[in-house]
Amino acid sequence: MTEPVFYHWMVAPVVIPLVAAMCCLLAGKSLLSVRRLLGLGGITASLAAAIYMFVMAWDGTIFTYGLGEWPMPYGIVFVLDRLSATMVLLTNVLALFAYLYGLSGDDEEGAFFHFLFLMQITGINGAFLTGDMFNLFVFFEILLLTAYVLAVYGGGADRLKGGMRYVFLNLIGSALFLIGVGVLYGITGTLNMADMAVKAAQVGPGDAMMLKAGAFLMMVVFSMKAAIFPLYFWLPKAYASVTAPVAAIYAIMTKVGVYALIRTTILIFGDDRGFVTGLLDDYLLPLALLTLVMGTIGVAAARSLRLMVAYMVIASVGTILVGVGLYTPDGLSGSLYYMVHSTLISAGLFLLADMILNERGGSKDRLEPGPVMPNIVLLGMTFMIAMIIAAGLPPMSGFLGKVFILSAAADTRWHELAWIVMLTGSFFTLVAAARAGSMLFWKTNTAPAGERTRAQRYLPVAGILLVLLLWVGFAGPISEHMDRTAAQAFETSNYIQAVMGGGQ
Amino acid sequence: MISFELLVSVTIAVLVAMGVYLVLRARTFPVVLGLSLISYAVNLFLFSMGRLEVGSPPILQDGVEVYTDPLPQALVLTAIVIGFGMTAFSIILAVKAYVELGSDHVDGEEP
Repeated sequence: MTEPVFYHWMVAPVVIPLVAAMCCLLAGKSLLSVRRLLGLGGITASLAAAIYMFVMAWDGTIFTYGLGEWPMPYGIVFVLDRLSATMVLLTNVLALFAYLYGLSGDDEEGAFFHFLFLMQITGINGAFLTGDMFNLFVFFEILLLTAYVLAVYGGGADRLKGGMRYVFLNLIGSALFLIGVGVLYGITGTLNMADMAVKAAQVGPGDAMMLKAGAFLMMVVFSMKAAIFPLYFWLPKAYASVTAPVAAIYAIMTKVGVYALIRTTILIFGDDRGFVTGLLDDYLLPLALLTLVMGTIGVAAARSLRLMVAYMVIASVGTILVGVGLYTPDGLSGSLYYMVHSTLISAGLFLLADMILNERGGSKDRLEPGPVMPNIVLLGMTFMIAMIIAAGLPPMSGFLGKVFILSAAADTRWHELAWIVMLTGSFFTLVAAARAGSMLFWKTNTAPAGERTRAQRYLPVAGILLVLLLWVGFAGPISEHMDRTAAQAFETSNYIQAVMGGGQ
Repeated sequence: MISFELLVSVTIAVLVAMGVYLVLRARTFPVVLGLSLISYAVNLFLFSMGRLEVGSPPILQDGVEVYTDPLPQALVLTAIVIGFGMTAFSIILAVKAYVELGSDHVDGEEP
């Protein structure tokens, strides 16, 4: 094990944005340039920390950091393995792009954009790093509370409507989360995930039903965050109405739910866990396929571009969970590859949809004939490339991700169903994308167009597309890394050993 | 004589039932009230997950045989603070929605 240069480096992705956020709050409503600089500095520093962590976790070492140096399993612990390092890195890369887009004007609509955005990053990074069930709840609340405020950021009737749905549903979700944590604590007597995995295996038949009830409550909550059928109805309206940079960062929010599902069902409710062995083995994959079907129907039926992208988020969650639901290292590896791709491309599409919306004046992003956009050639080309990546045409990253998942599903009993649903879903997404493109760019009328998009706004979108091209260019080494990541996630004994043995 | 356990569990059940009813009214003010009632019930439930012991110290020491678990109490404190913030925000949101949308339905428009 290489000794880290700075003992407290593990908390950096949480502490850096948190401190930067507080400084932004101090700057108040004035000093826009100071706030922008603080925000940019915070996110860049957090990204640097995330890259450092990714490098540290590369060789497969599992790092732990006990907050306050309490002995395990009593204290709260942060755990860094390949999976959490990958997720933290993805979050911060996405945050940088979304924030850069926000700096081009959206941050002037309200006073606390920078503060809220940084707190959002704090919450997401924390949720990926923590190894403690209740701490996970706290980070969920941090990211949710900021997400609530960001949902209505900028004001307007649509945002209020979508935001209210989002807030009330997630408040109920938080209550369920607490009940689930309470039951799990009551039965296992611990909140530490690694310790809980050990204790869950030892639970006697008398407490088995209680343990299962608590576990399933947690699954309901995570499924709601991940927007799995039938718990996704809050998502489309909320995602389609928020400000563009917020929608872009929301793209990772559903993946927090997916990550929590992966982590808990493999670590705590995975193999050899007594009465909760393979808790979701029989349920997750059918639900994932249903989510994919419903998401695709939504994509095909959407009447505005942003709504269409929001449904693409749901469909992509379905695709990811097909791979996860197989509960094999191969399936998980494919899912992780696809997860990074789908997060980045949905964020990119939300940003692109915002540029199209602004250039189309009164027609907004509705899929109806509208004015000729001032920048129609550049926007059209970008739109085409982004949609080819998103729909999964070869040789783009969406295609490769789906191939990985499909080939992992090939030898299982889900073979036919998974192949049929996923390929049909891709086909309809492609048809819908082509229809949207021809409607937006070819069917024009003489209505007055909106303003020409500033060049600054293309930068984040170009950055995202570039990362995705690299994602397919280096698909070999990346998928090898994802194989190792998935294998490590399934080696739960190493995780438990690292948490319970070290970090004291 | 009613047992302590029965009293607590019935209280939680009644609170949840009232909360669910109010949330299903689908008007912002009852929904906020209902969510508060549910969060009270959840807090009581969390508290009781440390087992209900009367008159025993919350700490393990030499010579102490029966103790009550202090951890759920700490969790409840955290949950109360978070719930407080959430309630405050949802009230503000409800008021803003009522003023701007002219309806107190949670969908933002009359069904």
